[in-house]
Amino acid sequence: MSTLRRIGSELRVPALSILAAFLVGAILIFLTDVEMLRGLPADPLGSISRGIGRVLASYSALLRGAFGDPATYAKAIASNGDLNLWTRAVRPLSEGLVASVPLIFVGLGVSVAFRTGIFNIGGAGQFLMGALGGTIAALLFGAGVTPVPFAILMIMLFGIAGGALWAFIPGFLKARVGASEVITTIMLNTIAGNLIFYLVTNIDFIHREVGVGQPVSTELSKFVDLPGILPIAALRLDIAFPIALLTAVAVSFFLFRSTRGYELRAAGLNLAAAKYAGIAASGSIITAMLISGGIAGLGGALVVIGDAKQLQPGIEGSVGFTAIAIALVGRTRPIGVVATAVVFGFLAQGGRLMQADTIIPIEMLLFVQALVIAFIAAPDLTKQVMRIPFRRNAKPAPKPVTKGVA
Amino acid sequence: MRLELQKITKQFPGVLANDRISISVDKGEVLGLLGENGAGKSTLMNILSGLYRPDSGKILIDGKERIFRDPAQAIDAGIGMVHQHFMLVPVFDVTESVVLGNEPTKGLLGSFDRAAARAQVVELSKKHGLDVDPDAKIESLPVGVRQRVEILKALYRKSDILVLDEPSAVLTPQETEELFGIIRGLAKGGTSVIFITHKLNEVIAVADKITVLRRGAVAGETTPKKATAAKLAEMMVGREVQLTVSRAASRAAKPLLQVEGLRVLNDAGKLVVNGVTFTVRSGEILAVAGVQGNGQTELVEALTGLRKVDAGSISLEGETLTNRSPREIATAGVAHIPEDRNRDGMVKGMTVAENYILNTYHLAPFSKNGVLNRKEISAAAEKAVRDYDVRTPSVDTDIGSLSGGNQQKVIVAREFGRGVKLVIAAQPTRGLDVGSIEYIHRRIVEQRNAGAAVLIVSTELDEVLALGDRVAVMYEGRIVGILEAKSATRERVGLLMGGIGK
Repeated sequence: MSTLRRIGSELRVPALSILAAFLVGAILIFLTDVEMLRGLPADPLGSISRGIGRVLASYSALLRGAFGDPATYAKAIASNGDLNLWTRAVRPLSEGLVASVPLIFVGLGVSVAFRTGIFNIGGAGQFLMGALGGTIAALLFGAGVTPVPFAILMIMLFGIAGGALWAFIPGFLKARVGASEVITTIMLNTIAGNLIFYLVTNIDFIHREVGVGQPVSTELSKFVDLPGILPIAALRLDIAFPIALLTAVAVSFFLFRSTRGYELRAAGLNLAAAKYAGIAASGSIITAMLISGGIAGLGGALVVIGDAKQLQPGIEGSVGFTAIAIALVGRTRPIGVVATAVVFGFLAQGGRLMQADTIIPIEMLLFVQALVIAFIAAPDLTKQVMRIPFRRNAKPAPKPVTKGVA
Repeated sequence: MRLELQKITKQFPGVLANDRISISVDKGEVLGLLGENGAGKSTLMNILSGLYRPDSGKILIDGKERIFRDPAQAIDAGIGMVHQHFMLVPVFDVTESVVLGNEPTKGLLGSFDRAAARAQVVELSKKHGLDVDPDAKIESLPVGVRQRVEILKALYRKSDILVLDEPSAVLTPQETEELFGIIRGLAKGGTSVIFITHKLNEVIAVADKITVLRRGAVAGETTPKKATAAKLAEMMVGREVQLTVSRAASRAAKPLLQVEGLRVLNDAGKLVVNGVTFTVRSGEILAVAGVQGNGQTELVEALTGLRKVDAGSISLEGETLTNRSPREIATAGVAHIPEDRNRDGMVKGMTVAENYILNTYHLAPFSKNGVLNRKEISAAAEKAVRDYDVRTPSVDTDIGSLSGGNQQKVIVAREFGRGVKLVIAAQPTRGLDVGSIEYIHRRIVEQRNAGAAVLIVSTELDEVLALGDRVAVMYEGRIVGILEAKSATRERVGLLMGGIGK
C-alpha cells in the first residue's frame, strides 16, 4: 500500500508534466495553424472550431502512431487470427519499443554518471564507439566464423569496450587534472562522429564492397542478425530490448545494492562527505564513467547490428541529448529511465504518423518533448499550468510576498 | 522611540514561523530576545526590517502603525540591523564603510565629500564611545572592531532602534564585554536595542527585560533580576534542562594522541597551524578553545586525514597517523565528529541507515563480496536510532529531513558505534537546541569515562569550560596555552583567545 502510494507520488510530477506539455503544445499547434488564422476574419467561429479539430486530429494521429489504430485492432480481432492484420495492428507498439532501445541504454548510462555527480554529455559519442566495436566484432566473428550466440556475445563485449574506452578518457582527465567532463565529453562526441566517418569511408575492412567514397559500412546483417523476440517475424523488435531491461535491473542492483554503487552515490550527492568516509573521489569518477560509457556502448553495438544494420555517421541521431532528458525525467532511477524512454520511443514513433497524416511538422513533436522536459525541470511551472496542489498535507500556502522582497 | 510588535503571525508552507508574537522595547531600553535556532527570531526580525511582511499583526512605532514594504522603509523609520555576518567591503576604510549608500556630497557634480564624512564618523564614534580609527581599512580590523563599524553604520543612518543579531558569535569574551559596554552606552543615550541571542548569560548580563521565544511563539517574559540561567533554559526548551555536565573527575592515564610540531597549510598555501604540540591521554578531554579561524579547522582536518600535514607528526598509541588516509585513521580507532556536519558529516539524499554506515559500509557484516547486506544495515541503524534517541520516522528516511539535533545524533551514533580510542569532535553542538546539546555532551563524557581520549574543538567558551579536563587555546595557528580545568577561568581563557597574556 505505502509502496503503491510512493510510486504514485513519484509518478505524479512526470505524468502531469507530460499532460501539461501536451496542453501547451496544443495551444501552439492551434496558434501556428495558418489556415485557421487566414480564415479568422471571415468566419471566426468556423475557423476556430476547424483549428481545434486539427489539433485533435494531430494528437489522435500521434496516439494512433504510437499505440496503433483502434480500427485496425478491431479488424484484426474480427479476422480470427489473420497474421497480416495483427502485424499491422501492433506494429506501432513494436516500433515504439524499437525506438526506445537506444534511449534506454544511453539513458541508463547517463544516469550512472549523474548519480556520481558527473555530467556525462558524451552519451552520443560512447554510443557511436560502441556501435563501432559491435561492427568490428560482427565483421570478425559473424558470417559463420563462430557460432551466432558467441558472435553476439562478442558484439556486446566489443560494444561495451568501445563505449567504456570513450568514456574513460574524460573520466581520467577529470580525476587526474580536473578537466571539466562537460567540455571533454562534448568534444569527444564530435571526434567519435568524425572518426566513424573516416573509418566507414576509408577502411576496407569496414567499408568492403560498398560504392567508393560512400560513408557507410557494409551490410551487417550478412554477418550477424539479432534474433527477434516476437512470434511474428515481420516485427523488428529483437533481443536488444530484453537486454536493455536486464541492463536496467543490473544498474538498479549495482547502484542500490552494491558496495561500489553506494560509494558512487555518496560521492555524487556529497563529495566532501564521501572523502570524509574514505571514498576516493578519483576512483569513483573513473568507475562511474567506465560503467556509464560501457552501457551506452552496449546500446550502440546492439542497435547498429539489430536496428540500423549498417554503421554510418549519424546513426546516433539525437540520442545523446534525449537520453540526458530521459535520465532527468526518470530521476536517474533505472525504472524511471526505462518508463520515460518507452514513452519517448512511442512519441517518436507516433510523431512519424502525425507528420504523415496531418502535415504537422515533426518539429512540433520535438517541441512537445522539450516542453515535457521543461515542465519536469520546473515542477512549479507544472503546478501553475495544472493548478493542482502537490502536497496534499501542506497547510495553505502563504500569500506571496513579492512586493516586500528587495 | 518605543517599538511594539503586536501579534505578529507569519506562516510558511508547513511551518508557523511566528504565532501571534508580541514584543515591545521602550526608548533607551535593551530587550533581550532569547530563543533556539528555529524559534522564530530570524523571521520576526526579517519582518521588522521589511524583508518579509507578516500575515497578520502590527508594527507600532511610538504608538503609530507602520507598514514596511521593503528594507529601505524600515531604515527610514529608524530601524538599524547589525547582522551576524557583517556586510562590509574589505578594501574600504572605516569612513567609507559607514557612509556607504548615504554619502555626503559637495559641489555641483555631487562628488564625495570625504572630509565631511570623516568628521561625521569621528563625531558619531565620540558621542557613542565607539572607538574606531576612521581611516583604517576594514580588512585590517579585528572582528570586534568591524562590528563597531556596523553599529556606526546603523547610527549614521539615524537608527533609534538597533537590532543586533547574535552579535557575540564571532567575539572573544573580552570583545563581548566591550560590546555590552557599548550597548549600555547607546541605551543611556536613548537608543532602543533588541539583542538577539541563544546564550543565556548574555541576556542576563545586558538586557533590561527578556522575551523568550519557543517554536514560533512567546514562551515567557521576565527580567534579568528575576531570571536565572536555569529558568531561562527551561523557558527556551519547555522542560527542565541540565546546564552543567555532571561528570566524575578525570582518571587520565597513558597518553594516546601525541601531536608534535604540527604544521599545516590552508588551501591558499598559508601556514595556519604553526608548530602545534600537545598530548591527549586516555580518559581525559582536551578542549581546544579559540576564536574561529585561528587554525582549529585545519588542525582537525590534518588529524583526521582530510588535509595534508606539512611538517610534524601525529601518533595514536605509538602508531603513526601522519598523512594517512581518512579511512586508515578511522580504522585505527579515531571517531570524528566534523565541524560542518552538512558538508562533511552526512550525505543528504541518503537515508538514515545509509548514513549510519558511511565509514563502515565496506566492512562485514554490512558488505560482503561487494554487495550490501540491507538487513544487517537496517538492523544496526535501528539499534543506533533507539540507543541514541534519534527522532526519525524510520531508518529509511532521508537524513536531510531530520532536525539538526537528530542529524548530529546519527553522526555521533555512527562515530561512537565502532571501537573508539580517540574522539575528535569539532563544534559538536553548533546550531543545536539545548536538549540535543545536553545529550551530546553526555555521550562525549561517556566516551571519556570509558577510557577514550577526547579532543574537542569549540569556539563556544561555555562548551570548552564545561567539558574540558584541560583547556588549550589556539591563536593564530599556535597553541598559546594549555590550562588545567581548575585554573581555566573565563577571563584567562578569554585573554588567551585574544592573543594576550601568554
